[in-house]
Amino acid sequence: MNKQLKDSTPTDSEVILGILNNSESALKKLYTAYFPMVLQLIINNSGDEDDAKDIYQEAIIVLYNKVKAGDFELSSKLKTYIYSICRRLWLKRLSQLNRYGGDIRDFQEFLPIEEEDVEQHSDRDIQFNKMESALRLLGEPCKTIMEDFYIHNKSMQDICERFGYTNADNAKTQKYKCLQRLKKLFFQQK
Amino acid sequence: MSDDQLLEVIERYLNGEMKPDERKKFELLRKENAEVDGKVVEHKLFISLLKQYGERVELESRLNAIHDEIDVHTLKENLMVHPLWIVQLWRNHHSKISVAASVAIFTVLSVLLFTGKMNNSDNSNIIELKNKVDRLDKSNTNLSRSINAIKSDKSGKSKPVIDKYSETGTGFAITADGLIATNYHVVVGANAVSVQNAQGDSYKAEVLYAEPQHDIAILKIVDKTFEGLDAVPYTFKRAESNIAEEISTYGYPEGYPTYSPGSLSSLVGQNGDSVHYKVTIPINPGNSGGPLWDSKGNIIGITDAKQSQAEGEHFAIKSRYLLNAIKNIPADSLSKKVILNKKNTLAGLSDAQKIEKTKSFVFMVKVYN
Repeated sequence: MNKQLKDSTPTDSEVILGILNNSESALKKLYTAYFPMVLQLIINNSGDEDDAKDIYQEAIIVLYNKVKAGDFELSSKLKTYIYSICRRLWLKRLSQLNRYGGDIRDFQEFLPIEEEDVEQHSDRDIQFNKMESALRLLGEPCKTIMEDFYIHNKSMQDICERFGYTNADNAKTQKYKCLQRLKKLFFQQK
Repeated sequence: MSDDQLLEVIERYLNGEMKPDERKKFELLRKENAEVDGKVVEHKLFISLLKQYGERVELESRLNAIHDEIDVHTLKENLMVHPLWIVQLWRNHHSKISVAASVAIFTVLSVLLFTGKMNNSDNSNIIELKNKVDRLDKSNTNLSRSINAIKSDKSGKSKPVIDKYSETGTGFAITADGLIATNYHVVVGANAVSVQNAQGDSYKAEVLYAEPQHDIAILKIVDKTFEGLDAVPYTFKRAESNIAEEISTYGYPEGYPTYSPGSLSSLVGQNGDSVHYKVTIPINPGNSGGPLWDSKGNIIGITDAKQSQAEGEHFAIKSRYLLNAIKNIPADSLSKKVILNKKNTLAGLSDAQKIEKTKSFVFMVKVYN
């Protein structure tokens, strides 16, 4: 039943080096190479293409972070690793939705995935979700100030100009007020 | 120092913007003041989380951009495993299939119900004592029977009558004017019925009344040549008999008169049925509808059916149901009220003497269909 997937597949080391070097093209190659495989897994196991997108991107992020953190050891084919992560994530999702019938139709060989990889990922997801809603609650202009300064590493000078603050001290005070509030909003959430 | 100022200091410290002596001072403060130290750690973690969050958002938007270039729809078409046609048929039409199946099951059940196939299967164990007389065999005797018929034809019409009946049972007189009791199953479906006495005389009869639920039929002799019987010598017992009572019957199994003695083995029939007695008596097909006497010569039942599994174990309808049936005969089908014999003239006689006195009251019932 397996359909041959004919996309040009990057080599495993090409992908890993690409991620480390922030190469956009390597990421794209990686993404397009293995998406059909995961789509096949999900749509033939009671999911749809949106589920496939979610699960696949989650898996890519897990891989990406592992590579970036420098603790990725390629002990099998990258393809098998990605398939196994997706399979693991999808089984988890299915059982959360009470849709898991106890049987999954497989299309690739897979490895037992260390619980740690997936757990760590979902822990971080929880933190990120908290941060997202804290930022949303924070409102403008604080949200943009926080993003510009801490995420996009813009200087206080740029921020002053953008928001029309007459002196840098005012801007600084505003920034610390915003940060205090953001922390408060973040830690208030359960 | 206000919170904002402290934050600024912490930020400068973490970013390495402090001069060496200022840094030393701050590190000293951290050591002494646990609260300040906690804030430093917290700030460091929080800012790093914020940065990571930013990176994640950025990575997701990159991935989404790549994803948007993929033609997911076409891929999906190609990758979907198409199930077998029968599975697809089921998925697409399962509601219709279910309805069709329900209708089919319903139809089968109703057909079974209406044709009587669902009736108690115990009945299949019972071979009805109706004697399916073999037409071929009986055709050999037709000649002699038609001679008898000509002889008994007092009106002088010498037209030969061919006596072609298909089944026989037994019946016994209830009254001297020609009411005869037998089993309903003996006469059910008959086009015509006749009864034949011990002398071999046949009389035309018709079914006057029937109670299929108790397997009882009352016949009436309607033949012009019938001149009535002597007074009925036996009586009918309404009360239930005793278990182990000596009993006997007389009838026409296989077309020939036969006397059979036996005993009453149970006051209930099959599966606790209270309409019947269970009797141990060697009766045969053709005894159906015959009289069942106790030792004093009272009618206690009508011989009914034979069970196939236990040899010699049979059933008889209790006389109470016969008496009720007689009472239930509609008045307008009777020329006069049924008066049953109250005087038993058989008591104290030997079996042979009893049979001699009763045999002309027991008839072979012949069924034409």
